[in-house]
Amino acid sequence: MPTAFSAVFWHNTVLIFLGSNSPLTTHTVLKVESLAFERNDAVLFQPVDFELKAGEALQILGVNGSGKTTLFQLLTAILPSSSGQISYCGQPLSDCRYEYLSDVLFIGHQSGVKAALTVEENLRWMSPNNTSCEKISAALEAVGLSEYAQIHCANLSAGQKRRVALARLMTAQAKLWLLDEPLTSLDKQGVELVERCMCQHLTQGGAILFSSHQDLAQVTTRNYKLEPVVEVA
Amino acid sequence: MANNLSGGFKAYLHRDLLIALRDRGDLSKPLMFFLLVAVMVPLAIAPEASKLSAIAPGLIWILALLATLLSIERLFSEDYADGSLEQLLISPNLLMMPILGKITAHWLVIGLPLTLLSPVIAIWFSLPISAMVPMMLSLALGTAVLSLIGAVGAALTLPRQGGVLLALLVMPLYMPVLIFGSATIQAAVDGLNWLAPLAMLAALLAVAIVLCPLAISAGLRIAKNG
Repeated sequence: MPTAFSAVFWHNTVLIFLGSNSPLTTHTVLKVESLAFERNDAVLFQPVDFELKAGEALQILGVNGSGKTTLFQLLTAILPSSSGQISYCGQPLSDCRYEYLSDVLFIGHQSGVKAALTVEENLRWMSPNNTSCEKISAALEAVGLSEYAQIHCANLSAGQKRRVALARLMTAQAKLWLLDEPLTSLDKQGVELVERCMCQHLTQGGAILFSSHQDLAQVTTRNYKLEPVVEVA
Repeated sequence: MANNLSGGFKAYLHRDLLIALRDRGDLSKPLMFFLLVAVMVPLAIAPEASKLSAIAPGLIWILALLATLLSIERLFSEDYADGSLEQLLISPNLLMMPILGKITAHWLVIGLPLTLLSPVIAIWFSLPISAMVPMMLSLALGTAVLSLIGAVGAALTLPRQGGVLLALLVMPLYMPVLIFGSATIQAAVDGLNWLAPLAMLAALLAVAIVLCPLAISAGLRIAKNG
């Protein structure tokens, strides 16, 4: 089934290249059914149900502590769910774990940037093996860090470190983006850059699941509100 | 990021070596500890060759063990803090190869320099020249086992930096390494066959290479689960 998604992805890319306005976007990429998680015997959020289709962006909303980051950790298989099912392209995650994780780009709360490495080394490290030097340079140029390529990330601000992590959006070959608070620490230009990347990914038939407390101006999204479980004393 | 099996090993080995070489302060602390204590002991105890060579096998191994322990607690804590541990955990491949890459890097920056420094300590402690090769072989194998076992403790004590808890966890597991390591040197000093304790160290290393990455993978997932 991941090959089916690849077919749709490349089909859409070709259609866009040819100027068509009607890419195939009905393919369900990610389906979450009655997903629940318990920590220390306490249920964190109400069972989660949603579908994410190719060419679609879904914004996860919720108050602080409602479990947005935990949801992303469940979706990246970092944490095991207590109950419910996650399906990727129609297959349960347990049956297609390798294909799923190969197709996912996850940028978490923390940027995953190593302070001792330079900007370029970090991006090269975080990008797929076959990423060309030109692509790395173009990504750094796009995020406004080309002059900082040889600077150690320990000397960057929080926003600049976030830009290094977000440069992966331009070098990654993943079809499903899972972005946990991607706009944190970014200035206005940074937010616009992320929105442009997201729009481009969607038009190519990719899918995006993200959480943010900000509304995006350029990206058309659906919302899913995460409801925390309120325990009555 | 590496997407194939051996690539995961090489990529993490390369990255951690690069970070260790850039951050030489952390690299030098365990080595300085190893050297300084070894230099001070003969000054505190009577500097007679017979006394020093009698305590040397055990002392060299205790110092190697503590120096490894000093450095191992940071193996995963920085990755946990900066978010790169999450990227490790969502690798589509088995975690075993990246973990082995990280541990190999740790051994190359701590265990290997300790092994290479040990002849200096051996001369300082009046060990016979015939004991040099067995001592270096035992340290090469033994410090690799110490890194592997220590990494299990480092993973299990996340998100805190291990400290006392890490020491309490791994010390009992370090004892066979200490016993067979010092026995190798002692046998060489006494002119006995030192291959048997060395073979035991090699066997411990083989078992640790297979089992420790599995325990580390589980420990890292438990750490992310809080």
